[in-house]
Amino acid sequence: MSTLAASNKRSFWSVVWDYITTVDHKKIGVLYLIAGGFFFLLGGLEALAIRWQLVKPMNDFVSAGFYNELITMHGTTMIFLAAMPLIFAFMNAVIPLQIGARDVAFPFLNSLGLWLFVFGGIMLNVGWFTGGAADAGWTAYTPLSTISPGEGMDYYVIGLQISGAGTLMAGINFLVTIINMRAPGMTYMRLPLFTWTSFVASALILFAFPALTVGLFLMMFDRMFDSAFFDPAMGGNSIIWQHLFWIFGHPEVYILILPIFGVFSEVVSTFSRKRLFGYSAMVFATVLIAFLGFMVWAHHMFTVGMGAAANAIFAVATMTIAVPTGIKIFNWLFTMWRGSIQITTPMLYALGFIPTFTIGGMTGVMLAAATADYQYHDSYFVIAHFHYVIIGGTVFGLLAATHYWWPRMFNRMLDERLGKITFWIFFVGFHLTFMIQHFLGLWGMPRRYWVYLPDQGLDLGNAISTAGAFLMAIAVLILLYNIIKTAIKGEPCGDDPWDGRTLEWAVPIPAPHYNFKQVPLVRGLDPLWVEKMDGRKEMTPSEPLDDIHMPNNTVLPFVMTIGFFIAGFGFIYQKYDNALNALIFVGMGIALGAMLVRSLKDDLGYHIPKKELEKEARK
Amino acid sequence: MEERATFNEEFIKEKRRQDMRHQVLTFSMLIIFTLISFGMVMSDLNAMFVRMVIILFAVVQVGFQLYYFMHMNEKGHGMPSLLFYGGCFAGFLTVLGLVVLTWW
Repeated sequence: MSTLAASNKRSFWSVVWDYITTVDHKKIGVLYLIAGGFFFLLGGLEALAIRWQLVKPMNDFVSAGFYNELITMHGTTMIFLAAMPLIFAFMNAVIPLQIGARDVAFPFLNSLGLWLFVFGGIMLNVGWFTGGAADAGWTAYTPLSTISPGEGMDYYVIGLQISGAGTLMAGINFLVTIINMRAPGMTYMRLPLFTWTSFVASALILFAFPALTVGLFLMMFDRMFDSAFFDPAMGGNSIIWQHLFWIFGHPEVYILILPIFGVFSEVVSTFSRKRLFGYSAMVFATVLIAFLGFMVWAHHMFTVGMGAAANAIFAVATMTIAVPTGIKIFNWLFTMWRGSIQITTPMLYALGFIPTFTIGGMTGVMLAAATADYQYHDSYFVIAHFHYVIIGGTVFGLLAATHYWWPRMFNRMLDERLGKITFWIFFVGFHLTFMIQHFLGLWGMPRRYWVYLPDQGLDLGNAISTAGAFLMAIAVLILLYNIIKTAIKGEPCGDDPWDGRTLEWAVPIPAPHYNFKQVPLVRGLDPLWVEKMDGRKEMTPSEPLDDIHMPNNTVLPFVMTIGFFIAGFGFIYQKYDNALNALIFVGMGIALGAMLVRSLKDDLGYHIPKKELEKEARK
Repeated sequence: MEERATFNEEFIKEKRRQDMRHQVLTFSMLIIFTLISFGMVMSDLNAMFVRMVIILFAVVQVGFQLYYFMHMNEKGHGMPSLLFYGGCFAGFLTVLGLVVLTWW
């Protein structure tokens, strides 16, 4: 069943069918990577268009309306359709292996979550072709979003609702997987940091996404069914949207960064050849950040007029978060201290991440000071701040994870020389783009404006910023070239290419689809390293060889998603013609029918008999 | 061996009896709370006072439901409780935030 060997003989469409129906977490991880990577490139193109519009004063590269669509879709795409799915890609590819499980707890749900995200993302982008995409900013503040003409915002609402449901499912799935599917001996305090941080991020998804779901439903009713939740003239309140959005939105930024903290913890520890310094403090800091993350949402709303007392409370709560984050920064530094450091590409990203993220954190504390925030609010200073934490944190982390786990996922090493070139161009390009934006903001450049006047001291800064953006684009192109080159010419890398410490490197490369022939016994933190230090090459099994139970492939999640996708169009267009309600009935009929089939038809999976496993072992 | 087995059996029996007693007790408490609530609504007590007491009863009843009927009082329910209270915490903050910041 090994994909690489088998795909040589199989037709293209049989591979496609295999991937559409798969419930294997490793293949779902690959699909998340492809889809997330596609949206990352799309969001990047939108970013380049934004920067090109701002390259000189009073530029007319795009119109004002189209510029609004670009900034809205850039933000929405990057957060919901690129960063989060790419994190899910690595969570899927790695976590079951790291905890010694044969699959996730709910393989069916895993597949459903993936397809809901993919089709939600497509739905968001359909707006481009129907007279304008969403244009009210990625935060979609009311009343701007409720009165925005056309269907762009409708696609935003329905698309995010569908992909958000997928994210919620994925989050629940990983919570249950990590609680229930750990191998014998894998106690909570032996979980690799990536698993720990993903676990906490999944809990954040579970608690934060419902707020978004509720907000989106209210907006959907306001836009499509003439309700007035956000319309003050009818007794509504437009501030509720901001609260609901940020009650979700602030935990969301920790959902984006916590798993990345985990990635860097793994990378720093592996390439310093030391166990992570202050493991329990790292876990504690992660949980504390998650806890505090729910009490700070209103720091996005200091200028709304909540009053001095509320502002002060949220300002202090926000500044507290700097403490656990600082604990983490120092722990990474101490892990490297006196370690035997190898500067590999993932390690380079980790080294670049620490100062960059610290700068982003410092500007975060500046923004948290409510009184000063009146000055920074809605200026390029804010843009610079969140790009320092999202690119300097999340994107650096995703690129590090790509290089680090690429051999785990595809049995190829990415070219190290090209990887390092990518890093340096991306790193320089990134700082060139965003460092100057701090100052542009302080010099008075407001965010979301499509033009600025000449000779106001903004010309040079914007030109520098645009140049940096193109450097980042070049770096991404080199990465793509690297991927294609190693896919065509690269040699299979074999097992454990980085001399790893955690359990995912104990699994052969390419991994058998059941991951572990015998579930391993975990004897300490960094289980593979523990065995290596005892002079063994592989894990001690915790069970005798026996039949393995695996789930069946199924196309139902894909069918369900198609149903919701069709129903989405029905909801958007029913206001023009009652006949279009038929789309809602057809779509929901397909989705509910697929659910009914899933409920009534027992699908108990299948067993791989012991004999077959023994035969494989002899080969 | 023999003795130990009977002892074990007796222990389990006793435990079951106690569980049953708890179940019946909590169930009757739930009914009594409900009767009191209805009684208070029918009487001429201060409306605000009645509301507060009913909300208090509701919270206690949910607690009974979770701990006795859904067995959260037994061992091995640490993680569900943690997530449950985490959710309560997030929900509470949301409601508090909306009430205090937008409607007050």
